[in-house]
Amino acid sequence: MKKILNDPNQAAPELVDGLVDYYNGAVDKVGPGAIALADIADDKVALLVGGGTGHEPIYHGLIGPGMADGAACGDIFAAPPPNVILDATRAVNKGNGVLYLYGNYAGDVMNFKIAAQLAAAEGIKVETVLIWDDVASAPPSEKENRRGIAGLIPIVKLAGAAADSAKDLDELVSLVTNARDNTRSVGVALAPGSIPATGKPTFELDDDSIGVGMGIHGEQGVGIEKMMTADALAEKLVDLILADDLPIGSGDEVLVLINSLGSTTMMECLIVLKKVKAILVDKGIGIYDIMLGPLVTCQEMAGLSISFTKLDDTLKTLWDKPCSSLGYTKLGK
Amino acid sequence: MDNQALSPVEIRDMLIAVSDKIIESEALLSEADRKLGDGDHGLGMQRGFTAAKSQLEALEPKTAGDVLTTIGMALMASMGGASGAVMGMLFQSGGMALANAASLDASGLSQFLDAAREGVCNLGGAKPGDKTMVDALAGAQESGQAAIDGSTSEAFAAVAAGATDGMEKTKAMIATMGRAKTLGEKSIGHPDPGAVSVSIIFQTMSDYVNQR
Repeated sequence: MKKILNDPNQAAPELVDGLVDYYNGAVDKVGPGAIALADIADDKVALLVGGGTGHEPIYHGLIGPGMADGAACGDIFAAPPPNVILDATRAVNKGNGVLYLYGNYAGDVMNFKIAAQLAAAEGIKVETVLIWDDVASAPPSEKENRRGIAGLIPIVKLAGAAADSAKDLDELVSLVTNARDNTRSVGVALAPGSIPATGKPTFELDDDSIGVGMGIHGEQGVGIEKMMTADALAEKLVDLILADDLPIGSGDEVLVLINSLGSTTMMECLIVLKKVKAILVDKGIGIYDIMLGPLVTCQEMAGLSISFTKLDDTLKTLWDKPCSSLGYTKLGK
Repeated sequence: MDNQALSPVEIRDMLIAVSDKIIESEALLSEADRKLGDGDHGLGMQRGFTAAKSQLEALEPKTAGDVLTTIGMALMASMGGASGAVMGMLFQSGGMALANAASLDASGLSQFLDAAREGVCNLGGAKPGDKTMVDALAGAQESGQAAIDGSTSEAFAAVAAGATDGMEKTKAMIATMGRAKTLGEKSIGHPDPGAVSVSIIFQTMSDYVNQR
């Protein structure tokens, strides 16, 4: 796999520097791997995201007005260490506490847990909401074993809006937990991405096979199946989400995200969206808004995921707020 | 305490020897990880112990805990990922238990291992049998408790054997944690790379203590 790199082992710090350059003064680098909005309102309850790099635009590309206040970036596909998370925590903290919002992966949980203890020792209030939207990763009774995948995009957007209005950290935790608990996703893998430092694929899959429910690093999902049409795939994925424990039915309204894992084209995502919309219309489920594109990726991995967030009135109000960031921008209602 | 107990300076030199051994084991550890993970465990360990070595070389330790928490923080900060957290926590929580210890003998080694095991297990939630580095650490810790009344060098040798035994047992296990979980039964036959690292760490400590 050809990749445009300098030193493959320096890919993570170099991309973070490039990201700071992209933000053109709106984002400061506050430590190695730690970045934060340059201008955060006094007394704001802060929102910090983070995780391994290599999945751009998440997480560090989700910083911006109405989105996250800061991010802690790890090495490629590896959780950031506690000191990086702590640097970012100090930069975003305005005295009203910091919410850690990140995907439920062992390395991230451990490093953020240590960082939260270090922050608490400095008198910074920290709470955590884990993102675990992947219905294929564990049964509904074991949510704490589920992975966080593309559903983090609507969750971080809703959390960003909530952080602008929340009167305190407890209220923010409650609003973000509600967004998380109403979001479900499932993905399909067609081909692996590769690890920049080694050039090796992240997993193996036969040419005519697809991994239904497979995670963004190739984690086990529902099963390996033969390649099928876009319509058949859309039906299978929507069925997996609707069969989960979150009731979504006639009269409900959802946000829909069709996420490319990297090299799957917008053409393919649009073809899948057409079928997803037809299925939802047929079931009487309303579509409140749509996101589509490569938002949670794994290098040149092929495949996509579908996410639904079921909206109540509170979540609709949060969704309607404008936001901007490298990864996701919303101009108005 | 017996007259073989290690001074803080000797503990530092022992951990510099451990750092050198891990750095030179990069290819072996990465190869072990290619069977179960994404093949970067050796590189992460090499990065961590290179940072640890340079901090240890600059350290004038007063207590056993000084040395052990220095290496713990260096690993945690330089490695990242799950392995940085657990390797760092092993030395960090173990070292806190010896914060005021002027030397390290069989009893101190056992205290270190008790606290290290508790710290790592509380952080990551892994138990023996999950095919993780905890299997090697638990083997070391249990051997350390059994060797508490012996000499320092016997205790280090017993702990090294216990860690290696724990690592060997991971070959027959099915991975239930982390990325190797993806492989299910395909993980059988290969040792957990983190457990291999832990066994190298304690074997190198024992070699240092027994070759003084």
